[in-house]
Amino acid sequence: MQILENVLQLFVASVTIGCLYGLMCMGLSMIFGVMRIVNFAQGEFLMLGMYATFYISLAFAAPGLFGAWGPFIATILAAPFLFLASVVLYSGLLGDLTERRGMAENVRHSAQLIVTLGLSLILQNGALVAFGSLPQAAKTPLSNQAWIINLFDGDVMLFANQARVVAACVAIVMAVIMYLIVTHTALGRSVRAAADDPEAARYSGVNISFVYKITFGLGAAMTAVAGGLMASYFPFQPYVGAEFIIIMYAGVVLGGMGSMLGAFWGGLIIGVIQQMSTLVLPQQLQNATIFVIFLLILLLRPNGLLGRATERA
Amino acid sequence: MWQPVARPFSLLLAVLALYLVGAFFVKNTYYQIILASIPIWASLATAWNIFSGYTGLISFGHSAFFAVGAYTVTLSLVYLGITPWIGLLLSLVVGGLSALVVGIPTFRLRGHYFALAMLAYPLSLMYVFEWLGFQEITIPINRDQPFKYMQFANPFGYTAVAVGLLAVCAAVSLFVERSRAGLILETIKQNEMAAQAAGINPLLWKTITLMLSGALAAAAGGAYVTVLLVTTPREVFGVFVSASALIFAMFGGIGSVWGPLIGAALLVPTGEFLHAELGHVIPGLQGIVYGAAIVIITRLMPEGIYWRLHDRFFGNAAKGQRIAAAPALAAGAEIKSEPATLKLQGISKAFGAVHVAQDITLDIARGSITGVVGPNGAGKTTIFNIVNGFVPADTGAIWIDDVRIDRLSAYRRAIAGLGRTFQVARVFERLTVGDNLVAGAVAKGRTVAEARELAARAAHIVGLAEVFYRPAGSLSAFHIRLIEIGRAIAGSPRVLLLDETLAGLSAAESDEVVKVLRRVRDIGVTLVIIEHTMSVMATLVDRMIVLDRGAVIADGPPQQVLGDRQVIAAYLGPKWANRA
Repeated sequence: MQILENVLQLFVASVTIGCLYGLMCMGLSMIFGVMRIVNFAQGEFLMLGMYATFYISLAFAAPGLFGAWGPFIATILAAPFLFLASVVLYSGLLGDLTERRGMAENVRHSAQLIVTLGLSLILQNGALVAFGSLPQAAKTPLSNQAWIINLFDGDVMLFANQARVVAACVAIVMAVIMYLIVTHTALGRSVRAAADDPEAARYSGVNISFVYKITFGLGAAMTAVAGGLMASYFPFQPYVGAEFIIIMYAGVVLGGMGSMLGAFWGGLIIGVIQQMSTLVLPQQLQNATIFVIFLLILLLRPNGLLGRATERA
Repeated sequence: MWQPVARPFSLLLAVLALYLVGAFFVKNTYYQIILASIPIWASLATAWNIFSGYTGLISFGHSAFFAVGAYTVTLSLVYLGITPWIGLLLSLVVGGLSALVVGIPTFRLRGHYFALAMLAYPLSLMYVFEWLGFQEITIPINRDQPFKYMQFANPFGYTAVAVGLLAVCAAVSLFVERSRAGLILETIKQNEMAAQAAGINPLLWKTITLMLSGALAAAAGGAYVTVLLVTTPREVFGVFVSASALIFAMFGGIGSVWGPLIGAALLVPTGEFLHAELGHVIPGLQGIVYGAAIVIITRLMPEGIYWRLHDRFFGNAAKGQRIAAAPALAAGAEIKSEPATLKLQGISKAFGAVHVAQDITLDIARGSITGVVGPNGAGKTTIFNIVNGFVPADTGAIWIDDVRIDRLSAYRRAIAGLGRTFQVARVFERLTVGDNLVAGAVAKGRTVAEARELAARAAHIVGLAEVFYRPAGSLSAFHIRLIEIGRAIAGSPRVLLLDETLAGLSAAESDEVVKVLRRVRDIGVTLVIIEHTMSVMATLVDRMIVLDRGAVIADGPPQQVLGDRQVIAAYLGPKWANRA
């Protein structure tokens, strides 16, 4: 029973964190899957989401607004700001590189990679200047409370940290909203058209430049929201993005390039594997496990489990 | 071998010697450490550039090699008492081997996936090294034998070692750039399929280059710990190391020997001084400076400082020209080749439910010209891809004379005597016409001199002698076609597959190319050509094969085939066949 309890306990924790990974991966999937930009700064968007949540929830705490829900509401409020900021960054640094026609694909890709690498260094170290290196967390009373689930007539008792459960629920709601936007709105249709074939979409009257701006902004904001939700129980510092960058790419590739739903499941699976690996492997190796799995996915199934069979070379 | 690198190498040695002399007079320890670290970072950036600059595959994982080198030196000293002098040599070996282990699986990946996989290696190793308990390894102080254990009281000693390492790295870089290897890597970088069709094995060359690069990066890592005396996984495996290598090389000028040196010489001291002056107020300044430097340089001069200066002083055209200062063309020199037969036996291929080749059996006669025609989607180019090895057949066998080639990879088939051109021309645009032809000849173990000779002759046969030194990218569609043919015959093929060589040419140009093709046949090459213009085909070919939906529906002399009812039906529909 003890073993079963441990496994189930870990499973609950891994699903709650996996939902956040899922949302992060959906964000990256907009940028990497749809726009085909390898964005090194995606981890930094996550980090900015954490700090934005932290500072907004501090502002709430002073007058005693929203109580325990402060950090979650702060995350939602931070999203539009991060959306705008990333649209500005995209327009200023990446837009013409991404949309210029007649550029050799490999030259375009290298240029994008290198610009986002530079951006990532600037954001990381800029955050160090602005926020300091001290680890922070946007704690709420929920961070220290758990719901108790009794199974098998109380033989197995599971604790579900309330902050984690609430964060996971918000992540699922956000993921569903984003999925509906992409599948059921005119904007979403343009996004999917641009993902399929930007040139054809352009000729059918889609404003690619506008669609890309929105897509990049939504992708960055989604990942930032996932970061903000995590901030309620995960201590962070300016370099925290590096810990999640491979997790995000692993999830997106696992789910299949360009598939939003796939990215969510990919992230969730990666989260479960990462947490459950501690059953058999030392804690320190949980991220190494993810990287090895990522390499295996790349080498064995580069189209992912749910992705379309063809990848435009 | 020495001749092409002698002058730039002497210049390089002179610059490094000056640097050492200058460094000798600096007495402030802090400045001395910076002076020692510049050549170490320049070495790492040079190592990075040897791989990424010359192959065009951007690596985000060179910190893996750097760190492996750092730990080789540290651990062999701490646990085995091996002096860093030997440790540095060991790190070269370990770095090269790690590159082999990393390269073999990773080169299967394309584009983004390659970049991401390379990023994952150092990050996974970082956690493994932390778990192994190598969090913070300090090199034991050994003041009794400072020279033996590379623990110089005067930091100038480190500068000397680092400059020595840089000289080695830059020499390797020069050799790679100015030799046959450089041309081969350039062709792989510009167009991997065309390189394979010319008989070049991209996987082999990329692996060798990564091993050289990994070995030197590891040595840079080894040198780095001898200066710092402490190794932590986060510091040596971290993304920042890979990023620095990339940033220095790209800032200074990617794909050049001098670029990484310029980049490191400008950015390392800037970062260090700003960090020293303002680091206590603005802690992450170094990262911000590097990040801003690479963003700005990519936006303003994407090829880096060196190329900007190079273009200003030497002009643009010479950039692609590495090898092809070809000798004066020996007028009227001939290529004599031995034509071969090409035999296909029961070749079939299906993509899912679509049969692109259905049991094709053909016997192409020695020294003949055979035309392959058929409506769009008939599977003509697919047959070429199957014969040439880009697409594996499901069943069947292929022979050139009596050599069976269908199990060989594309470049081996090229070496076996099979040449091809492409429907969408795949010339190396940034090379001169001459270099394009040399690239076609340089495989099959030929020396540069032999390849130049073949290139010059090929230029005469196809009529490119006049534009021999012009960059291929600046020429018209007509010349591009001729370059494709010339590059193919410079490799002295015995069977040549020509894919829509006449498409999009004017009538006069088309006539000219037809003359060239007859000349090519006459030097002893069996030709197979895909073409749509029936009037040209009727006069050019000895035999015409008609494909429809992957199957041969007619085969014979052109006049007979063109009257065939089935052929008319395939092209125009059964109605027309009835009226014929």
